[in-house]
Amino acid sequence: MSTMTAQATQVYSVFVRATPEQLWDAITKPEFTSKYFYGSLIESTWEQGAPYAGWAGDRSQQYVDGEIIEVSPPQKLVTTWRALYDPETAAEPFSRVTWEIEPAGNGVTKLTFVHDELEASPKTAENVAGGWSFVLSGLKTLLETGEPLAG
Amino acid sequence: MDDDHVSRALADPTRRYLLDRLFERDGRTLTELESELEMTRFGVMKHLRVLEAAGLVVTRRSGREKLHFLNPVPIRLIHDRWITKYAEHRVAALANLKTELEESA
Repeated sequence: MSTMTAQATQVYSVFVRATPEQLWDAITKPEFTSKYFYGSLIESTWEQGAPYAGWAGDRSQQYVDGEIIEVSPPQKLVTTWRALYDPETAAEPFSRVTWEIEPAGNGVTKLTFVHDELEASPKTAENVAGGWSFVLSGLKTLLETGEPLAG
Repeated sequence: MDDDHVSRALADPTRRYLLDRLFERDGRTLTELESELEMTRFGVMKHLRVLEAAGLVVTRRSGREKLHFLNPVPIRLIHDRWITKYAEHRVAALANLKTELEESA
């Protein structure tokens, strides 16, 4: 395995056979996020300046801490991001997460996901580098089949 | 259909080399990528277009520059669709063995 310097700007994209509204719900409703987001319940009132939080499925622990920077359903969501599940990432400054949703024709929607402002958060950058692919793959599978990824 | 695009895009050594360069450091311009290959600018552009069509490379504008990012999601989808389903444990064991043998050689 080659070594990797985790990137301060990470860009991911995936095409999903679903409407922008369905994607928006899958990103903002805990009953959906618990099925693809490492079991976590994502919660917010989805207003600018409101807290953005991710909880363990049994609410025993908060995994993610952040704030809503921009919210325009069903097109764009920008939040700050700090991972609390690891003491090293929890000690780093907030980074930024952007979800962009756009129709791509024929009932397909393009989701572009950017995690950036990670320059001062190298542990977080390294920690999330593989994770977002897993989350977005799971999100696509859930919306297209109604089932979470096995395993 | 997506799988076909991705498989075809990966079935070329120059394109795999470009992905490896982006894996090392993301967000590069065409000029930077071109400097690492003995190939015309047009040739590199052509390969990048195939990678972009397959979703393996995503471009974002930053000021005047067009930056290229490696998007690992299509590879993850193939992994989740094929590898996890059929053979993850066996494949992982063999991949580890290969790595160990090659590193100790």
